[in-house]
Amino acid sequence: MSAVDLSTSSVRELNAALHALKRDTNDTLWTVLNPDGEHSIAAGVDAPIAVNVRGSVGYYCGGMNKHANIVIDGSAGQGVGENMMSGLIHVRGDASQSAGATGRGGLLIVDGNASARCGISMKGIDIVVKGDVGHLSAFMGQNGRLVVFGEAGEALGDSIYEAHLFVRGPVAALGADCIEKPMRDEHKVELIELLAAAGEDHKVDVAEFRRYGSARQLYNFNIDNAGAY
Amino acid sequence: MCGIAGLFIKDPELEGELGSLLAKMTSTLCSRGPDSAGFAIYSRAGGDKAKITIAGPSPVFDIGAVGEHLAAALGHGATSVVRYSHAIVAVAPDDVGRAEEWLAANHPEVTVMSEGKSLEIYKEVGYPDDVAKSFGIAGMSGSHGISHTRMATESAVTTNGAHPFSTGADQCLVHNGSLSNHASWRRELKREGIKIKTENDTEVAAAYLTKQMRDGHTLGEALKSSLDDLDGFFTFVVGTERGFGVLRDPIACKPAVMAETDRYVAFASEYKSLTCLPDIAKAKVWEPKPATVYFWEHS
Repeated sequence: MSAVDLSTSSVRELNAALHALKRDTNDTLWTVLNPDGEHSIAAGVDAPIAVNVRGSVGYYCGGMNKHANIVIDGSAGQGVGENMMSGLIHVRGDASQSAGATGRGGLLIVDGNASARCGISMKGIDIVVKGDVGHLSAFMGQNGRLVVFGEAGEALGDSIYEAHLFVRGPVAALGADCIEKPMRDEHKVELIELLAAAGEDHKVDVAEFRRYGSARQLYNFNIDNAGAY
Repeated sequence: MCGIAGLFIKDPELEGELGSLLAKMTSTLCSRGPDSAGFAIYSRAGGDKAKITIAGPSPVFDIGAVGEHLAAALGHGATSVVRYSHAIVAVAPDDVGRAEEWLAANHPEVTVMSEGKSLEIYKEVGYPDDVAKSFGIAGMSGSHGISHTRMATESAVTTNGAHPFSTGADQCLVHNGSLSNHASWRRELKREGIKIKTENDTEVAAAYLTKQMRDGHTLGEALKSSLDDLDGFFTFVVGTERGFGVLRDPIACKPAVMAETDRYVAFASEYKSLTCLPDIAKAKVWEPKPATVYFWEHS
């Protein structure tokens, strides 16, 4: 086990050590102490390791993560798990804006609330937020799934492509071209699988969720409009 | 970019640490705004006197001499204290108008940074840590304070272009963001008789709030109407004689995080700047919602 204390080491030193790890490393358990809101902690990890961050972090924690399992024992600033490729990031507190932005894969779990633009431009990441999400969440979401146990703010799924959205609480307003869709059995199965991955299976009732997605009026070229261009 | 820190003290025993805590909070925000920095310190230590903070055109200007001449010209027990490039002139409350007239007539090169019963503003071009050291911010006490580190966008890097801006007695405002309709509002507010000294967008926001409050609105109401009237993106932190408020635009582009305990309410652009505060691990920490007015006031 390796421990890095950020009161005596820099984030640069931490990240350089994490980046130096080979895929088959035996040094698989890392603890980060005294993160004190520093930015870019454990960004760019590309190895199947576990990183436990003992405290709250600043911007872009776990950004671009590939393969790693990162647990943040606190809250996270902007862009936690942004452009994540695979692996898991678990925020035990709240997440600030743009959590999981542009994420291409992996799973991001937020135990508390995530604020504005959660999952903005998501491209394949799965995000499970156990509290509320702020406005413009899943804006231009292309692929992946966003699950919200609480409420969603204004303009949910604005200009959405093919991301799947499941929200249990009220939605303040749907964004342009985002509509409610029927929750068929296949979607319940999809949600059950996501909840299981987030360790929440059998704790919440999938029947309480509503499904939202694209009306496909905005991003699809309509041949009837060809004359307008 | 820009950085903001604010601290509103609830526990009077913490008032002696206002300056040192605010300086530490600001220090973590240097990279967000390395151009210049400013501090608004609210302290009732001056008793019944009104305080006028003045600054010359450059740090080498002898502001102390101007302060002494002004105090002597006003009489009524007026005194002047120099802090780096600024002087704080304490005058009888009825003499504020006379003081401003005297300055305009004798020293047009001098800027009045603030006036009021409790507000003092210190701002200067330079790296924020250096600015804080020059003014001795860490040694100051008070009931609440706001600081700003500036990365200039809408106007030049000058002392007068630094935040906070004060356009009314004991009022000040700092801003992270930029406003796009400040030119038309500047014309409108000047017509209404509000004094605006610079070409800076933030000063227009401060003047807007001053005008609304002059017309009988509370600060909360003034902030609320600014959501309709000011176009652009902003996180504002405002101070009044007894209060401290926060507002983010509806899109909430600019970062903001707050913390509250029994002893204080704190605002910062980044969580990192809150970590120096006492018992932060036990504080309630949250992100202020967009288009929502937050306000705290001393009784």
